[in-house]
Amino acid sequence: MPATLRAVLRGLESALSSPPEEELRVRFAMRYVAPTSIEEAVSVLDGAVAAQVYAGATDFIPQLRMGRPEPGVAVDLKRIDRLTDLRREGNTWVIGAATPSARLAEEDDLVAELPGLVEAAGLIGSDQIQSRASLGGNLCNASPAADSVPAMVVNDGRAVIAGPGGMRTIPVASVVTGPGTTSLASGEFLVELVFDRPPPQTADAYLRFIPRTEMDIAVVGAGARLTLDEAGRCQEVSVALGAVAPTVVMVPAAEDILVGHTLTDDALKRVAAEASAVCNPIDDKRGTKAYRRQVAGVLAVRALKLAADRAARTGS
Amino acid sequence: MTVTATPTTDSQPGYKWVGTRPVRHDGLDKVTGRARYGADLNLPGMLIGAVLRSPHAHARILSIDTSAAQAMEGVKAVVTGADFPMLESGGEGSGEEYYDPRDLCRNVMARDKVLYEGHALAAVAATSRREALAALAAIEVDYDVLPHVLDVSEAMAPDAPILHDDLITEGVDPIPDEPSNVASRYVIDRGDIEKGFAEADVIVEREFVTQPVHQGYIEPHAVVADVGEDGKATVFCSSQGHFMVRSHTAELLGWEPSRVKVIPAEIGGGFGGKTTVYVEPVAARLSQKAGRPVKIVMTRDEVFRATGPTSGSKIRLKVGATRDGRLTAVEGSMAYQAGAFKGSPVSLGCMCAFAPYAIENVLLEGLDVVVNMPKVAAYRAPGAPMASFASETLLDEVAEQLGIDPLELRLRNAAEEGVRSVYGPVYKRIGFKETVEAVRDHPQYSTELGPNQGRGVASGFWFNFGGSSSATVHINEDGSASVLTGSPDIGGSRASMALMAAEELGIDVYDITPIVSDTESVGYTEVTGGSRVTHATGMAVIDACRKVVTDLRARAAKVWDVDVEEVEWVDGRAQHVSGDRAPMTTRDLAAGAAGTGGPITASAAVNARGAGVAFSTQVCDVEVDPETGAVTILRYMTAQDAGRAIHPSYVEGQMQGGVAQGIGWALNEEYIFDTGGTMENPGFLDYRMPVASDLPMIDTVIVEVPNPGHPYGVRGVGEVGIVPPMAAVANAIHDATGLRMSELPMSPVKVLEAIGANGG
Ligand SMILES: Cc1cc2nc3c(=O)[nH]c(=O)nc-3n(C[C@H](O)[C@H](O)[C@H](O)COP(=O)(O)OP(=O)(O)OC[C@H]3O[C@@H](n4cnc5c(N)ncnc54)[C@H](O)[C@@H]3O)c2cc1C
Repeated sequence: MPATLRAVLRGLESALSSPPEEELRVRFAMRYVAPTSIEEAVSVLDGAVAAQVYAGATDFIPQLRMGRPEPGVAVDLKRIDRLTDLRREGNTWVIGAATPSARLAEEDDLVAELPGLVEAAGLIGSDQIQSRASLGGNLCNASPAADSVPAMVVNDGRAVIAGPGGMRTIPVASVVTGPGTTSLASGEFLVELVFDRPPPQTADAYLRFIPRTEMDIAVVGAGARLTLDEAGRCQEVSVALGAVAPTVVMVPAAEDILVGHTLTDDALKRVAAEASAVCNPIDDKRGTKAYRRQVAGVLAVRALKLAADRAARTGS
Repeated sequence: MTVTATPTTDSQPGYKWVGTRPVRHDGLDKVTGRARYGADLNLPGMLIGAVLRSPHAHARILSIDTSAAQAMEGVKAVVTGADFPMLESGGEGSGEEYYDPRDLCRNVMARDKVLYEGHALAAVAATSRREALAALAAIEVDYDVLPHVLDVSEAMAPDAPILHDDLITEGVDPIPDEPSNVASRYVIDRGDIEKGFAEADVIVEREFVTQPVHQGYIEPHAVVADVGEDGKATVFCSSQGHFMVRSHTAELLGWEPSRVKVIPAEIGGGFGGKTTVYVEPVAARLSQKAGRPVKIVMTRDEVFRATGPTSGSKIRLKVGATRDGRLTAVEGSMAYQAGAFKGSPVSLGCMCAFAPYAIENVLLEGLDVVVNMPKVAAYRAPGAPMASFASETLLDEVAEQLGIDPLELRLRNAAEEGVRSVYGPVYKRIGFKETVEAVRDHPQYSTELGPNQGRGVASGFWFNFGGSSSATVHINEDGSASVLTGSPDIGGSRASMALMAAEELGIDVYDITPIVSDTESVGYTEVTGGSRVTHATGMAVIDACRKVVTDLRARAAKVWDVDVEEVEWVDGRAQHVSGDRAPMTTRDLAAGAAGTGGPITASAAVNARGAGVAFSTQVCDVEVDPETGAVTILRYMTAQDAGRAIHPSYVEGQMQGGVAQGIGWALNEEYIFDTGGTMENPGFLDYRMPVASDLPMIDTVIVEVPNPGHPYGVRGVGEVGIVPPMAAVANAIHDATGLRMSELPMSPVKVLEAIGANGG
């Protein structure tokens, strides 16, 4: 081939192979599917090897960028109506697994009845993140630090799961089995989260500690829910802690200490000690074991006080 | 858009434009996204480059096999250290432009050894990023992993792993015959230190530790290099100095500078970190090999792992004072991490720590220590913040022990005109006292504090630099003016150049187009660094404008056929002293230019010497949560001597920006390494810079004590604001809790530990 021709061809080759904008993006090889019904999603997942469902993808995409292996098929769940719903059904609240967390704060009755759950969802990332991030994703991503999970657990949330074997319902508390792992079988996905509407004089709260004021990851998270009687004594108490163990941990002693009593300083001190004691934290770049233990007690108490204030207000 | 700037009441007496606040000329493009930053250029046929980085903190490279990568689809070029000339020590630089070619060439591409996790050792160019990354994975490197060292004390221990076999400590007598990790020892020795401490009624001494922190600019390093058939390279990139990029890139490729043209992109922050090169020479060599343009854009992870943070430090200081609060002596030692190659700013730390004060007896030692982390780069007032964290904390302690108000203590010792500074020169007119008084007189200083709240003050010093700058001014056919300089605009300098030109030419600031020109369109100009641009480049602009005005007067004289001395330049018009001729505007004169000598244009160049030193004094109010150790900044106020604020909004922006970064440094920012020397937090989630909601509105008071070395009195304003915050925050925490925090960052974990250690 004459040199001039080669030069021309080289020019052509470079001209043809240059969509530079495109080249700059990390191009994914995976296939994209967006089923519009639960049945369709089940069959897509059933047929596909290495399929992964996603909702807001606020965990999914960053994880791919950080080098997690791409699935063969990425299954977008947001086109299934039931998964992006938010409704009151009888005596329950039903929140679609892929419903953006920003939607929670827009539902006034939900804010009034489950303020702690709404505030937990409202802590995830920023407005931008919340316009995509879902409770289902927050739960199934199975990060020990996920903010909404302790709040869901203290409210006895149930997870409705679809799969090749049909639908089943399990407690939210038994979805996550360890960091990054869930009890969902292959081919299964979360459809919705269900919460009982609270009885009178009942409220929840969620607080987390981060070194900054936003855009950060919980060093400790604490959810609390309680029901008070007319005299302000606790009737039911539930406390759950995040980011202090591989999965959310409950503080059962809080119930023993507080039921039948008001929130005295002395009782709360004992709850704080019990909360610190149930932690099984790690030392890492975000905090030390000792720090997490101590602050878990502090936040458990603060969340209980906040929930009690709210419960007292809802009662009257 | 037609906007006419009306001089506001802000304008200084005697000035029409200087001191006003027009919207910056480059503002609209920046807020609409039209401005072109480093990563925004795409060329036909462009390849994507990617860099292979060391996974080890310290290792010998036994072999690099690129053959598999070379053979992969889409891969058009591969380079390693062998593709670049091996440079040896030599070459002198100064201030923030100091560099050693030996180190620079090894930092850009490792040779026999990798010296930090993230150290570049090969690069590829391919038709997509995906292919480029796949090719990197196919490069086989055989390492002999060596023990590494990060801590300065460990690096100075006798059995420490040695980074460079040829590094012999400078500045010690006798010259050592064994290599070590101490690159140099710097000493300030003045007066009689023993006498000074003998005179003291109180002596305080303490050790301080700070961690490396990154400049954290929003825009990662990005470059497109295109080497043509003629062998010449065009480099488009964002940097703090495209002439610096030209000379470094050429030198690292073994070329003459004239073979490289650098076109400056807009820059998304630098803070000193973009005063050197990383990927620019690599992209140029890849382009030369491939015969196609090559783009390299760093990821944030690469920015953290491979570009300059500033040093972590260990500092011991001792201060003596008399009962009435006169400082009699300071003594101490500072060791700074240099990163993998020598050149920490420790000498600057020694010079700055006590520079605001008149102290006669001083003995300070600075040690520059190489360790296995990225080579440090300049960061806003390099070296001063950590040293001042130590010195200003001790002054607070002195004030406390003596029962003197901390601002009063500073006033009693304040350096002023005629005083010999701790670092040598005698001060000309300076405004330190005025900054202290501005804080004392500010309402924040007397605002009542609640429980768990505290207030701290601190001061700081920075030299500011002058140096070489060029400018060209063209009068366009319509009478407007283009002002060309070689200074990348990081902090609003285009607006300042335009204001100074408007003042000199007497035309509307929006009739001036300030332009940052490429390396072939304007004279040599040093980096935008050292707070030098408004001062030095400003002087070049003023000089060029004055030449233009002289020319305009001569042309009017020619038209009127009078002596040039009879023509005055007033408000943008030529006027005859008699007043009986219709004045001629720049537009009139431009229209007739062909008949009076051709186009109207002038250039000027300076090597500015009279930089005015800068001082800042700040007050911080905090609340400490005693149960979590969280520190909330309630209020913050900073007073700074600007000399003359050309554009007050951008002066305030610099003051606030420095404080914001300083607060981040104080509270949460730090490099965290695992036991293998790998950075554990190379992203903004775990490298915690402050977010907007972490900070209150930072109140500013601009003090103006004109610098006698500049026609308008300009001092630099970009850097000194970051010097006081760490001590201001620490002193406020002390006021709130009684705890002296001597380690940065003062993160919740550390504060809670200190509270616990103090008995809860
Ligand atoms: C900038 C930023 C800030 C953040 N801040 C916070 C924070 O403050 N607190 C916090 O808790 N999190 C935070 N996150 C993480 C993330 O936003 C949340 O975990 C979010 O709730 C995830 O929801 P998603 O819909 O985006 O999940 P996706 O990314 O879509 O999915 C997450 C995981 O769950 C799986 N999954 C999703 N939906 C289902 C389903 N229906 N059934 C089965 N598996 C499913 C996916 O396969 C994936 O593994 C942040 C993320 C970013 C990028």
